[in-house]
Amino acid sequence: MQETIRFRLNGRDTTLESDGARSLLWVLRSELELTGAKYGCGIAECGACTVLVNGDPVRSCLYPVSQLQNADVITIEGLAQDDDLHPLQEEFAERGAFQCGYCTPGMILEAYSLLTKNPRPTRSQILSGMDGNLCRCGAHKRIVEAIEAAAARL
Amino acid sequence: MNRNDLGPMAVDRRDFLKFTGGGIAVAVTLKDTSIISEAMAQQRGYPTDFNAYVRVGEDGRVTVFSGKIEMGQGVETSQAQMAAEELRVSLDSVDMVLGDTDLCPWDAGTWGSMTTRMFGPALRAGCAAAREVLLDLAAERLGVPTDRLQVENGIVSVVGGEGRVTYAELAKGQRIERTLDREAVLRALEDFTEMGTSPKRFDRREKVTGAAQYAGDVRLPGMLRARILRPPVHGATLASIDTSAAEAVPGVTVVNQDGLVAVLHEDREVADRALGLVEAEFDIPEPTVNDQTIWDHIVASAPDGRTGHEAGNLEAGEGACTRVSENTYYDGYVAHAPMEPHTALASVEDDRITLWVSTQTPFGDQGRVARTLEIDPSQVRVITPYVGGGFGGKASNNQALEAARLAWITRRPVQVMWTREEETFYDTFHSAAVVKIRSGIDAEGRVQLWDYHVYMAGTRGAEVMYEVPNAAVVSHSARGVHPFATGAWRGPGANTNIFARESQIDIMAADAGIDPMEFRLRNATDPRLRSVLEAVARAANWTPAPAPSGRGLGVACGLDAGTYVAHVAEVTVDESTGEVRVERMVCAQEMGVVVNPDGATMQMEGCITMGLGYALMEHIRFQGGDIQDLNFNTYRIPRFSDLPEIETVLVENNQLAPQGGGEPAIVCIGAVIANAIYDACGSRVFTMPFTPESVRGGITAG
Repeated sequence: MQETIRFRLNGRDTTLESDGARSLLWVLRSELELTGAKYGCGIAECGACTVLVNGDPVRSCLYPVSQLQNADVITIEGLAQDDDLHPLQEEFAERGAFQCGYCTPGMILEAYSLLTKNPRPTRSQILSGMDGNLCRCGAHKRIVEAIEAAAARL
Repeated sequence: MNRNDLGPMAVDRRDFLKFTGGGIAVAVTLKDTSIISEAMAQQRGYPTDFNAYVRVGEDGRVTVFSGKIEMGQGVETSQAQMAAEELRVSLDSVDMVLGDTDLCPWDAGTWGSMTTRMFGPALRAGCAAAREVLLDLAAERLGVPTDRLQVENGIVSVVGGEGRVTYAELAKGQRIERTLDREAVLRALEDFTEMGTSPKRFDRREKVTGAAQYAGDVRLPGMLRARILRPPVHGATLASIDTSAAEAVPGVTVVNQDGLVAVLHEDREVADRALGLVEAEFDIPEPTVNDQTIWDHIVASAPDGRTGHEAGNLEAGEGACTRVSENTYYDGYVAHAPMEPHTALASVEDDRITLWVSTQTPFGDQGRVARTLEIDPSQVRVITPYVGGGFGGKASNNQALEAARLAWITRRPVQVMWTREEETFYDTFHSAAVVKIRSGIDAEGRVQLWDYHVYMAGTRGAEVMYEVPNAAVVSHSARGVHPFATGAWRGPGANTNIFARESQIDIMAADAGIDPMEFRLRNATDPRLRSVLEAVARAANWTPAPAPSGRGLGVACGLDAGTYVAHVAEVTVDESTGEVRVERMVCAQEMGVVVNPDGATMQMEGCITMGLGYALMEHIRFQGGDIQDLNFNTYRIPRFSDLPEIETVLVENNQLAPQGGGEPAIVCIGAVIANAIYDACGSRVFTMPFTPESVRGGITAG
């Protein structure tokens, strides 16, 4: 069903005329021209498409845009303030907490939400909090270290 | 041709040098590299003599063109380091262009841990030669002989005299192309300023901001997204098809040509739905083999073996043994499962086609697209953006052929991005395989007999490694054995072979009542092997004890891509459930000169983490051509909760040129975990992955 959906996208008021059943992932990747969120599995099992809706990490591949009415959406493109990277982005970059980088946007946003809710997570809380985000290159060790380092700075 | 001829080269063979603006381009002729197989190159119609291209721009920036691609392994950065080292410029003045078939020198593909080991020497020699060209230009400019010049940071100056000129100044106003085929002198290890350091990765900012482009992120005006009709199982044939309902969807284009049935729409999800409206019936063959019967099938299908290594006499060896052990090891099919599925975007303009492909083999794809469309390779350009993981799986790229055909037919840009289910269904799996070993030891705990038969895993990693006087290594392979495609999977074959060998070594150590580290050292004379074993024992604080000691400690070692590795694993086993948890992994790696220690360490960590998958959880279930694990809901790969403590050690060996780094640290993971499981609970596992059932079964049987 065609709907008019108003929401904030990376801090900007956005209006979308769209079939409300479409998924946020493909709307982001096509007309909204934000390709940081990636397709990985299409069934909310890998976390590559993770974005924040009202601060919560959601799997945008299964998230219908009709639910975005008045919501606040943050994608990886909206995390840095102007040219200043978020501490999580800095720590991921400096510590090499990525390899191919395909899962990285989802990892960083998942970690952002984790630290928002729990600013001083233990290592085991990080491991369980990040468990739904898959990385095939095996950057896990450095991702955990980057999250710990960012937590120490925030 | 005069070896010192610096005259303009004939460039009409390639379009490479049609760069705009000024600058100096250097195409380097290297006579002694084996990087380009001449036969292949000539078959492709490419020059055989250009191995590396470098351009020095009027702004002093250096652009290096390499046929290798960046899929996470960090070679964008490490190649730039090698180039900066030889050119004598700062690393941040180097730009890399990777995997573009119009701009980069031909390359067979990015696989086999070969970028640094095999292409590195050519790249370095090319950049050293380019430095010589620049020095010759500087000598002309400054009016002094070349041998009086020195260069640092892109500035040429006269030793002990006046006069300096920068690369930028040499390039200014120039539009020249030079070639050089004299011997270029590589920088010596003790002079290195770029190689051997760990600069931050070039791709770091793009990859943490979402700016990094992958093939699926490239968008063109009017682009259609395609979904393609797939058979439900491998080997099925299309019996009937009705696309009328899909054609009725507004904006949908249906292509049905020579076996390719696709629905296309600007919106991916509309294409998804339209594909669901295609009514197709398939004839499905009866399954003849499944994931339980595959190993019998493999052994029966590959009766004839080829002996790769032979020493002494097996009968005499058996006579020298006080104890002989015979075991069979099994390995299943494993998916590559890169996070980025196979993706391609194709765009046609007149008689030329340009593709952006998630590929490890841009030049191979160029040729395949040309053959598919029956056009000349010069009409095909393949561009490789960042690749979201490959592991061998992106050496095969049917999605590029599909995108090419659909764009050629529709004359519109077409993106093909496989679904995760397509990705797994069409994956070229790590091959299921069987290894049979009969081996024995004498009273002193020395291996006297090694009779090794590998079925369908090949000989990579099948070397004996130890000093065994009576040995035979026989590889059995045949075509058409697998019910679906198989291919190279990170450390292909070696994961299987080393699992078998190092398990068997452990069994003999236990038979002899000797600590497994001591047993290996007692039977190893290769100094590089001994050095990694000793290093890992030190790093892990190994204290000797025969297995099973109850501590859950295992050791394994291997050789891959010229690099030696040894691991110690510490595991805990829940004896009631058979669940295995890897608590700690220590890895020592000796890879010759290390170009980028932090980059090498990342690869070791990645190998260890990825290796947990094939050892403990990854296994494709199937009935004939019906692949039953297609997505991450049932195909489980390592997660954060599986992560052990990881410690890595790089063992120095600066006497040896740089060796491979992308794969070696994965090849022992199955073996080291199997050995640690045995040490923990006395259960010997013979089939990968080590499921809780098999571990528990071993405890009961033991």
